[in-house]
Amino acid sequence: MIKEHAPVLVILVPLLSAVLVPLVGMLRNRFCWHVAFAATHVSFLLSGLLLFRVQTNGKISYRLGGWEPPWGIEYVIDELNSFVLVTIAFIGFLATLYARKSVVAEIEPVRIPAFYSIFLLFLAGLLGIVITGDIFNLYVFLEISSLAGYALIAASRKREALLASYNYLILGTIAATFILIGIGYLYMVTGSLNMADLRERLPALYHSKVVLTAFAFFSVGISLKLALFPLHVWLPNAYTYAPSVVSAVMAATATKVGAYVLFRIMFTVFRVEFDLEVVSITSILLVLSSAAIILGSVLAIAQTNIKRMLAYSSVGQIGYIVLGASIVNETAMTGSLVHILNHALMKGTLFFIAGCVLYRTGIEDIAGLRGMGRRMPFSMAAFTVAGLSMAGVPLTVGFVSKWYLALGALRADLWYLVPVILVSSLLTAVYFGRIIESIYFGRAEDGHSSGSLSRERMHEAPTGMLVPALLLAVLCLVFGISASTTVGYAEAAARLLLGGR
Amino acid sequence: MEPLQSAIPLYVVSVSLAASLLIACSRKAPNLREFWTVGAACLKFVLVLSLIPPIVRGHIIECPLFTVLPGLAMHFRVDALGIGFAATASLLWILTSFYSISYMRSLREHAQTRYFTCFAIALSAATGVAFSGNLFTTFVFYEIITLCTFPLVAHKESAEALRGARRYIVYLLGTSIAFQLFAILLAYHAAGTLDFRNGGIFPASVSAAYLAIVFMLFVAGIAKAAVMPFHSWLPAAMVAPTPVSALLHAVAVVKTGVFVIFKVILQIFGVDTLMRIGAGIPLAYVASFTILAASVIALRKDNLKARLAYSTVSQLSYIVLGAALLSPSSIIGGFAQIILHAFGKITLFFAAGAIYVATHRTEISQLDGVGRQMPFTMGAFAVGAFSMIGIPPFGGFLSKWYIAIGTLEASALPILLVIALSTILNACYFMPIVYRAFFRSPLPETDSHHTPGHDSSPSVRRRIHEAPALMVIPLVLTALATVVFFFMPSLVLDLAKIVSADALGGRLR
Repeated sequence: MIKEHAPVLVILVPLLSAVLVPLVGMLRNRFCWHVAFAATHVSFLLSGLLLFRVQTNGKISYRLGGWEPPWGIEYVIDELNSFVLVTIAFIGFLATLYARKSVVAEIEPVRIPAFYSIFLLFLAGLLGIVITGDIFNLYVFLEISSLAGYALIAASRKREALLASYNYLILGTIAATFILIGIGYLYMVTGSLNMADLRERLPALYHSKVVLTAFAFFSVGISLKLALFPLHVWLPNAYTYAPSVVSAVMAATATKVGAYVLFRIMFTVFRVEFDLEVVSITSILLVLSSAAIILGSVLAIAQTNIKRMLAYSSVGQIGYIVLGASIVNETAMTGSLVHILNHALMKGTLFFIAGCVLYRTGIEDIAGLRGMGRRMPFSMAAFTVAGLSMAGVPLTVGFVSKWYLALGALRADLWYLVPVILVSSLLTAVYFGRIIESIYFGRAEDGHSSGSLSRERMHEAPTGMLVPALLLAVLCLVFGISASTTVGYAEAAARLLLGGR
Repeated sequence: MEPLQSAIPLYVVSVSLAASLLIACSRKAPNLREFWTVGAACLKFVLVLSLIPPIVRGHIIECPLFTVLPGLAMHFRVDALGIGFAATASLLWILTSFYSISYMRSLREHAQTRYFTCFAIALSAATGVAFSGNLFTTFVFYEIITLCTFPLVAHKESAEALRGARRYIVYLLGTSIAFQLFAILLAYHAAGTLDFRNGGIFPASVSAAYLAIVFMLFVAGIAKAAVMPFHSWLPAAMVAPTPVSALLHAVAVVKTGVFVIFKVILQIFGVDTLMRIGAGIPLAYVASFTILAASVIALRKDNLKARLAYSTVSQLSYIVLGAALLSPSSIIGGFAQIILHAFGKITLFFAAGAIYVATHRTEISQLDGVGRQMPFTMGAFAVGAFSMIGIPPFGGFLSKWYIAIGTLEASALPILLVIALSTILNACYFMPIVYRAFFRSPLPETDSHHTPGHDSSPSVRRRIHEAPALMVIPLVLTALATVVFFFMPSLVLDLAKIVSADALGGRLR
């Protein structure tokens, strides 16, 4: 039963728990976390099961309510989305583990049940986007996760968070509207909302003005959603002022889902031939993503706030993911897809640690990290590993992604992209290297904490926050040392998207 | 001959890695901590020695580790070139360990645990480079060396030390990412493999222009070899404690650089390919320029370690020159220089450290008469200097001799002149130091304001006042070794001839 209905249960469990949480909250505030934890745990296990089944038996198609596609809603789990699904469910699970202590410190107690409820809605929305094979259903889930996302950012105690959330709300709504318009146009000319069905019907209409317009709306809407330069302006503030756990989850999953939607629309709903020959969207994306990679890193160097720096670095990393898709060959696409997981691991670690530091010391500035290596050795070790990984040091996950992207660029005869990747690696090495140096060699200044004496003593973050961060940091190494598994999944997904290019 | 399978290369690398963990855990017990260092160093050397006989018989030792990605694997393959480097580094680590212990304790340095931990990791990574069977493995260990020596260079944690360390890491990491990784990608793209193979990996279909670009990127990306203009990290790294300068910046780090250049020239491109694209001679001229320019700069340095640093820059380029000339003798000479320069230069650095510990002096102009006070140290210094210049009966003569013959084989006569000129320059910047130390009378006390709190009344200064024995014995041993190498050249040349024969496909004389 569970095996058969796993595709829908992955979504339903967090969705229904989102309703359950406020009810439990009426009884006991602290039980909310237990419900959320159980829900994300189940969701993660189910997504793992789905990945396993797809790897052994191939594509799964699940008909919601037994209605036949293309009329009913179909959930399709293939090599691409099973991989993304596990990534999101895993990060969601770890974030819930992390949230227990972090949320108490950063959110008003009365709002905690509501927070967990919205948090689960947010995850359910993301998982839904990934799993569905129906383009309108995708929009519904997109709105669920977006609306929940605005609320999560605003849940912070900081006043700036309200403005950041409002900004994101305006731009996010524009994006969602664009996507909806795109869906509407496609429906208008094809009469179908099922992705597989659209794929069959669209080629005859590729030169129709309506389809071209629809594609334009999709591209801009999705680029806004995934914060592709220059449509990234909502992102830095949102990540900076959101509660730590929210920043971590958003950076690690939400933009990735945006990238996933982009790939789905570009390569599944439309075909590669359309992207290359009819609209040449790939060359536009190539330029934008290269700009994102370089400028994201440059802007990150200029930041003084830890989370804002990480946010700008995310802008650059999103550039990597899009770059791989716009090179349009299997090697680069593999790099791009494996980077969805790898970046989730790295950025998750970094935001988790930023939250740990905030929890223990109240420090938000990079300058405050001076000498922190003695005080929070485990946290800082995790930060160092993730930082080195961001810079692409070999035997970490960052290297694996960049290797495939650069090799893909060479194989497509786009050698000038290699310097883009390498220069951004260097810039990343600069901004992380500076921090790592001050963590271990900087002398702590007084005034940031209660007393200079306490700064020399070890005072780690609570175990519940440290364990998820350390786990992610260890995975940064594990999947960097033995990348065959993750690359294998990504390769299968790339083959699916590009069909042997 | 067929390759042998063995796990010993892995043990060699992991001995010092395991030691670094034990060292880090023995923070509270300094004697135990030092025991781990010395124990690991001795064990490592014994393990390396056990690999030498099969290699001299002509075998190659394979030790595959694990696959990172399809096409990228961590893999050890030990050949004559690698074992020569590994044996040198591990033997000198034993001596440096004793020297370090004494140096750090005499000066009551802080953060000694971090120091010895990083040192052990650096040695692991150096042997990792020596044993690596493909460029990816080399690159991994190359980067590990850079990262784990940063804390050693920044050891003092003063503003100056951090500035030097920053320049160090920016140069080494920057060039390795921007150029070396680029070159590796291009090589993999063209050849489909990164395995070291005698004769090179590139198929004949790859165009000469492509290969020339890859070659230039490699040379620029291996900044550890300190070929100009990528040399200025080395003088900057001299802010490190002297044992670090001695082992890492005369042996492990810089030799890793030239070793990788050797590997790239002989086993990625191959002699024939480089001949075809004509890339050897231009590199030889770049190396010649570095040899001369660095010597001229060394002349002008009054700080002893700075002069030694520029001398290192100059001497390293001999090795690059040896490889770039692509002739049988020059390869022998380059390989011999890897080993012989290591022994000579470490003697000089050890002596500089001993002088600092005993007298707190760092400038050459303060060294008048120091030879009477520290006869063993300065005697060894003189031996090291003679070896650097290349005078018989000291080891350095061997490598210069073979490189000089190599210039004739490659019919590159101007480079023979460079070698001659450089020998004169070497003498010009080393002999004054020896002269001052032995033939000038000691400076009056008022001049030595650089020696705060050090008891040195005239009566004391005329007596022998050496650094601690644990520092003096290693430097005397390394000085003796340079003489031994001259009289027993087969120690070096047996391996060197295998390297040369492998590289040229058995076409040795």
